[in-house]
Amino acid sequence: MSTTIPAGMREMTYREAAREGLHEALTRDERVFLMGEDVGRYGGSYAVSLGFLEEFGPERIRDTPLSESAFVGAGIGAAIGGMRPIVEVMTVNFSLLAADQIINTAATYLHMSGGQINVPLVIRMATGGGLQLAAQHSHSLENLYAHVPGLKVLTPATVEDVRGMLATALADPDPVLIFEHILLYNRKGLLAADAGAVDIHRARIRRAGTQVSLITYGGSLWKCLEAAELLEQQGIDAEVLDLRTLRPLDDEAIMATVTRTRRVVIVDEGWRSGGISAEITARIHEQAFYELDVPVQRVCAAEVPIPYAKQLEDAALPQVADIVAAAGRLVKGND
Amino acid sequence: MTTIAYQGEIRFCRYLDAAGQPVGELPDWAGKPDTLVEYYRQMTLARQFDTKAIALQRTGQLGTYPSLLGGEAIDIPTASLMDDEDVLVPYYRNHAMQVMRGCDWRDVLLYWGGDERGSASPALRQDLPNCVPIATQCLHACGVAAAFRIRGEKRVAVTLCGDGATSKGDFLEALNVAGTWQLPLVFIVNNNQWAISVPRAMQCGAPTLAQKAIGAGIRGEQVDGNDVIAVHEAVALALERARGGKGPSLIEAVSYRLSDHTTADDATRYRSSDELRAGWEHEPVKRLRNFLHGRGWWNEEQEQAWQADISRRVQQAVDAYLATAPDDPGAMFDHLYAELPASLEAQREQVRARAAARAARREQD
Repeated sequence: MSTTIPAGMREMTYREAAREGLHEALTRDERVFLMGEDVGRYGGSYAVSLGFLEEFGPERIRDTPLSESAFVGAGIGAAIGGMRPIVEVMTVNFSLLAADQIINTAATYLHMSGGQINVPLVIRMATGGGLQLAAQHSHSLENLYAHVPGLKVLTPATVEDVRGMLATALADPDPVLIFEHILLYNRKGLLAADAGAVDIHRARIRRAGTQVSLITYGGSLWKCLEAAELLEQQGIDAEVLDLRTLRPLDDEAIMATVTRTRRVVIVDEGWRSGGISAEITARIHEQAFYELDVPVQRVCAAEVPIPYAKQLEDAALPQVADIVAAAGRLVKGND
Repeated sequence: MTTIAYQGEIRFCRYLDAAGQPVGELPDWAGKPDTLVEYYRQMTLARQFDTKAIALQRTGQLGTYPSLLGGEAIDIPTASLMDDEDVLVPYYRNHAMQVMRGCDWRDVLLYWGGDERGSASPALRQDLPNCVPIATQCLHACGVAAAFRIRGEKRVAVTLCGDGATSKGDFLEALNVAGTWQLPLVFIVNNNQWAISVPRAMQCGAPTLAQKAIGAGIRGEQVDGNDVIAVHEAVALALERARGGKGPSLIEAVSYRLSDHTTADDATRYRSSDELRAGWEHEPVKRLRNFLHGRGWWNEEQEQAWQADISRRVQQAVDAYLATAPDDPGAMFDHLYAELPASLEAQREQVRARAAARAARREQD
């Protein structure tokens, strides 16, 4: 089956779109520079900055020592000092080494300086499992950062968002964290020829439906869309809401979909206990309890270190069949 | 008026040149074949295993694997000199040390094959398991050594890491704690010149990594990490000092990473073939073999018999690994808590049921 690309659109991978966004930022604003482990000679752990060292030189594409705390801290200093640094942390798991700099410094500087000093820092990092990277490189810890006031947390799932959110993040005076799910880098999507900055405060309906809402973000978006197709075959009309931003959450869009369908499955690759899905559930109960026909359901990762072996990793992470089953139960009831 | 508040120096030690020729007087123990021939046997065994492990990964039978190639002259004498009661706090390239301390090669393969049972070998005793995060283990080693000190035991903790790790706060904080508390601890840095794609020169502005010891108030020295005699001398002294209550040491063993970072890496993308060729000129196994041949302690006949013997041993380990049945999916919950909370018990059953359902579907297809 051949697909035609609509006029005015281009097909590209998520990696290429991320790269195009970075390239544009580096070209447009000389205050922008990129730093992190292996971003230069190696071209980035996920090959997003391949060739940039040659094009922009070692001052603006900076390979750093193996010191997360040091280069995130340096990013804060550079941001305060008038630059627009983009810091790449190889994965969210390694960002824990810099958690003090992110949570205790970047997020609090404005408060500590009595409103004097903004930290316009952008930190990109890979997140999620599914590539057999084992228990210390596969977690989805974005909800830890979504817990922290002072930070903005973005989770682009589409080529348009991964390209366009970067520009908006760079224009933002506050620290912004961008989480790129590792399974998305090779995924293809369509991008408008004139694609540019996108908003970072609104969730978006990726598929409209009437009987059940699948609320999700990042890598799980595509599993939900696949699940919605399967549900359609069972005669169930599912709506898919892409949160896009985990902090701040778009309550209005969440309550609107709850009101439309009255049934909710939240799909989140993080651990269930204390996760972002728990927060969304609480908000629905606080704000739209009487709109619900049935209790909110969650499909999350098993609460274990994500295993390395393929069959165990698959078993631990939310899968399309799990989403279909959860949504089916809500609509049809337990057989 | 100013005076010199402190003056330090870092000494570099080498006994054999790249061709295996002595560059000065050798220590007494190196005048007899026993130890050095045994080192040679262990180094070649480690290398054969390494080659096999990479072949298994390339054929989809092992997960991502970090090669030990080029580090043999550091790991083998260190493991050999440690007492059984000492504690090894390894990073992720010290498979040969784990085996010398009693672990089976099969368990090494199990671990890198994604099966946590590989870290459960009783032969590891109190040694810590592989540490894949960078330099975090250096702080754990401080805790182990502190426990020895508190309990008044004559035991030593030995921890290893790469050159990239020396840029981590964890490493520097570990040196600092070890110096402050004068812990019975030996830090060994395998400076193999590369941290994935970042070369040594881009890792740190200091001419040696050993001099980081000076800032922490501990002994630091640099040795030729391709020279098994130099490594033996440095490690033996560091262990003796630590055991005797004279505090920690930092040994920077200068080697060369002859492999990719791991099997997930392709170093040809960022490293010149000329540089790699130069690395092979200095490699440790050939250097020791030349020396042994020169002394008449090893010959071609022995070499062939030994290579055949270790091929057999490596193959036995591989066969045992491949014959190991996969773990039950529910096992991923086994080591979360001493007693699994009920909510997680339910998740375990769910995971088992899902895995069983998938297996059943596969049968149908």
